[in-house]
Amino acid sequence: MKHLSVAGKAVTLLFTAALLVACSGSDTREADEAAARAAADAAARSAQDAAAAEAAAEAAANQQRLDEAAAAVGNVFYFDFDSSTLKPEAISALNAHIAALQGNNRNVRLEGHTDERGTREYNMALGERRGNSVRDYMVANGIASYRIEVVSYGEERPIAYGSGESNWSQNRRVELK
Amino acid sequence: MSIALAYGALDARADLTIEITQGVDNPTAIAVVPFAWQGGGAAPLDVAEVIDGDLTRSGQFAPVGRADMLSRPSTEAEVFYRDWRAIDTEYLLIGRVSVTDRMRIDYELFDVLRQTPVFEGFESGPIDEARLLGHRVADAVYEKLTGIRGAFATKLLYVSVTRVPGGKDYYRLTLADSDGARPVVLLESREPILAPAWSPDGRQIAYVSFESSRPAIYRQDLATGQREQLTNFRGLNSSPAWSPDGNTMAMVLSKDGNPDIYLMNMADRQLTRITKHYAIDTEPAWMPDGRSLLFTSDRGGKPQIYRYDLRSGATDRLTFEGNYNARARVAQDGRNVVLVHQQEGKFHIALLDLVTNRLHILTSTELDESPSIAPNGSMVLYATKQADRGILAAVSVDGGVKFRLPAREGDVREPAWSPYLAR
Repeated sequence: MKHLSVAGKAVTLLFTAALLVACSGSDTREADEAAARAAADAAARSAQDAAAAEAAAEAAANQQRLDEAAAAVGNVFYFDFDSSTLKPEAISALNAHIAALQGNNRNVRLEGHTDERGTREYNMALGERRGNSVRDYMVANGIASYRIEVVSYGEERPIAYGSGESNWSQNRRVELK
Repeated sequence: MSIALAYGALDARADLTIEITQGVDNPTAIAVVPFAWQGGGAAPLDVAEVIDGDLTRSGQFAPVGRADMLSRPSTEAEVFYRDWRAIDTEYLLIGRVSVTDRMRIDYELFDVLRQTPVFEGFESGPIDEARLLGHRVADAVYEKLTGIRGAFATKLLYVSVTRVPGGKDYYRLTLADSDGARPVVLLESREPILAPAWSPDGRQIAYVSFESSRPAIYRQDLATGQREQLTNFRGLNSSPAWSPDGNTMAMVLSKDGNPDIYLMNMADRQLTRITKHYAIDTEPAWMPDGRSLLFTSDRGGKPQIYRYDLRSGATDRLTFEGNYNARARVAQDGRNVVLVHQQEGKFHIALLDLVTNRLHILTSTELDESPSIAPNGSMVLYATKQADRGILAAVSVDGGVKFRLPAREGDVREPAWSPYLAR
């Protein structure tokens, strides 16, 4: 393209334009490929994210189910007179709480209580023994002991104020808080 | 934190009244004539009524009603023995009350049968301590006629609770005269207060408060109201008990795994663990010589009273009757021990004689607890229930005299009778 006529110039221009177009077409392909790769990556990531989100949602839903199950069984476990042995219904309720606690990092406080019979200080010790009985079961089932605090109130915090077994049985308890 | 140091606040809600339910078979008839008031205006207090009430409450005296008195002498010259023989009076107490910057009570006791003066004396002190002066006169008369030191001029600590069903109850630690009069709320809290205890000089008290949402032992000075938290351990912090020399406090801590008895040196707050058993060891009580401690332990399966010898480290079991004996308190004679004893499912106050090793049940109600013995060893104050309410009641160590101190409102519990108080 040493002797350029007007027409030649025009051709040249066209060619150049074509060339430019061709060149630009090559760039577009690379960009497309990059974009495709990016899109594929993004899609993969978003699929991963979606899967993770789905897993998280499932875990949250699962935890919610566990929390609801724990809430449904109540947070009070009852005991027989002068006993700190966990009853079967207390164990099944505790299992629900333990399942819920394994999925979160919540700390718990176990408040031990007794009925009004017997001396106040001995009952303070008995309330602690009941709290410890619940704590030991939780620790044996995988809840770290540092997450559990036991506080005994002895007979100082009755649920039912009256005397007689119908009141006393409501007061011999451990409350999980 | 809902806690108040309501020091010096009179609280009528915690006021106690007295109902005598049982006296001795042949009480001594004594006439306490209203004392002559020698000041201006009306007398600030009917001192004779305070004295009469003290002597009556002991169960060993039968008061002569004022309406039955044929004369009202206030000096020996005015005493006509025939007026008192006529109404079967054995002893006659008369007196005069005068006031300068202080109050002075002069009194004279007469033996009506022998028609002779027995003794005379006086008490003086601040005018606002008129009731205390009356209690001191009663102490002097009681000692003269029974040979036993009087314990009327002493104080009581107790816990009263106002129930809030479904919410947090109100707890008050109250200080009152030995007859329940002049109650002063020392501490008010929405969290439990329990186990009040006296220092041997009667100047300080200790108790357990849950105000930090956990149990902790506090020490409080009665004159200044100043107080201090002594313990803050994980687990139980309970049963403070000052040694007779005041240098050591026994207490129950479960910081090392389960409830054991510890001694705290009050000078440097160092702790020494004295029981090391996986069972419950609680409710320490000092023998008056300070050489051994009684405590409750269920190391044998059920709670029983044991004695720990501080020098030898030996432990021996003291109670064998029944399957529940707990919370011992020892009389100053070192012989009579009062405790909570379960019989046929009912909890009574019982007296264990450490010389004969015999156990005598003193009460017949069902949920009796927290016995506290008067410094002269004559009466035992305890908590019981009447119509589902906690009240205080008292019984003599021989079981012959009984009275109740029901509160006007709320539940009352955990009485602690003071030692003799310095003048």
